[in-house]
Amino acid sequence: MLRLLSFVVFLASWWIASLVVGDAKLPAPPAVLAAAVAEARSGALFFNLGVTLARVALAFTLAMTLGAAIGYLMGRVRLADRLGDPWLILLLNLPALVVIVLAYIWAGLTEAAAIAAIAINKLPTAVVTLREGTRALDPALEEMAAIFAVPRSRAFRHVILPQLAPYIAAAARSGLSLVWKIVLVAELLGRPNGVGFEIGVAFQLFDIPLLLAYSLTFAAVVLVIETVLVQPLEARLFRWRPHAA
Amino acid sequence: MRLDVDIARKTFINAAGERTDVLSGINFVLATGEVGVFIGPSGCGKSTMLRILTGLDHDFQGQVSRPADARIGMVFQEPRLLPWRSVEDNVRLAAPQAGAARLSQLFAALELNGHRNHFPHELSLGLARRVALARAFAVEPDILILDEPLASLDATLAANLRDQIAALVDNRSVTTMLVTHDIDDAVRLGDRLFFLSPRPAQILATVPILTPRAARSEADLNRIKADLARLNVVNV
Ligand SMILES: Nc1ncnc2c1ncn2[C@@H]1O[C@H](COP(=O)(O)OP(=O)(O)OP(=O)(O)O)[C@@H](O)[C@H]1O
Ligand SMILES: [Mg+2]
Repeated sequence: MLRLLSFVVFLASWWIASLVVGDAKLPAPPAVLAAAVAEARSGALFFNLGVTLARVALAFTLAMTLGAAIGYLMGRVRLADRLGDPWLILLLNLPALVVIVLAYIWAGLTEAAAIAAIAINKLPTAVVTLREGTRALDPALEEMAAIFAVPRSRAFRHVILPQLAPYIAAAARSGLSLVWKIVLVAELLGRPNGVGFEIGVAFQLFDIPLLLAYSLTFAAVVLVIETVLVQPLEARLFRWRPHAA
Repeated sequence: MRLDVDIARKTFINAAGERTDVLSGINFVLATGEVGVFIGPSGCGKSTMLRILTGLDHDFQGQVSRPADARIGMVFQEPRLLPWRSVEDNVRLAAPQAGAARLSQLFAALELNGHRNHFPHELSLGLARRVALARAFAVEPDILILDEPLASLDATLAANLRDQIAALVDNRSVTTMLVTHDIDDAVRLGDRLFFLSPRPAQILATVPILTPRAARSEADLNRIKADLARLNVVNV
């Protein structure tokens, strides 16, 4: 209910703003809707959204798996931490644009370069978060597992993983929002399709309704994925936690 | 399972680099099925000693030998349950081989039947302690280690659990170490009582109790307690 209200307020202020600044700069909602419908009819909207989502999924999975593994290792092994730390600081502070441009230069304007560049941008934050989580593991529970001779794999699944889960969730959440932002830049700079590419085209043609149509449908997809997928998953994961009545 | 313990010294080095001796001269042998009770002032090093015995801490001078294949059941001083697993799953994780019938019997005996599906944060401390006991019993241990297992339980329940421990120990001849501050628990359960000094802990006196556990009458218990009082070691 509250969400609906805030959506209505958003639409209304958009409409009023478009009346104030004029259609040329900010088209009214119906114009954007028409552009979106036209793109949807031709199939281009779904194709480009699909391509972008596939890139997000691939880069996100790659960065999360690799980041979690490296972060766990760095949290556990002192030497790994000392070796990895300078690289981590470098990657954390490297602007996304630099990574993307370099990836395209070194690996060509390829799909692999785009996905690698997106993944590398997300990787360091995942590493840092998981390293923090690994350092915070409760030794008392691991001692318990050791005394009762719980096999390693079972101990990892039932003792370690649940403690890392909040950190994995946090890394996934912040990582996803980072990936949403960076994927469009990577597409704009070096891919012949995807939402980022289309926005680039619309920008060059100064086709603002098209630009907004892609931006808003993309934002809507992000919103839906966050509320339908990410939030329920988190709720399920942390079912055991005490609820504030 | 015989347990042979000879800890010459255990030293902690704290964050400031200062060394503190915590154990100095803990020597004893427990035969199969024997119950050793350890009584000593708070902070004297009892939990530290148990960590060494179970192999969690290797950083000490001396030697501990126990059969390599010994199954250990332990009740830690704090319950150490997995907060994200139900009571039943906590027990099953430690004792995957325990059958449904055995678990039901255990949960019934420890009055945990209504709590099998609860999560640890939904339990009182006393309940959590009983779950920790259930977990230690469920593994059918060869060596049972109990670090103040009956603290924070009311007298009736404590007596009930004490009988459960005695039954388990005698049925399966479990070599047991019990840390307690309660002389009554000590004389009812122990085969041998070890009295420890303040930190750094060493064994001040060893008092064997020759009457079998099951045969001790109230009169026997009172006589043993009176003897202990005369020994003047009970300063806990
Ligand atoms: N990791 C550690 N680093 C430094 N000192 C420690 C460490 N663990 C325990 N100690 C010290 O060793 C001493 C013995 O601790 P321990 O927990 O074994 O006592 P305890 O006999 O079990 O006491 P209580 O009856 O209160 O449980 C204490 O003085 C404690 O401060
Ligand atoms: Mg203790």
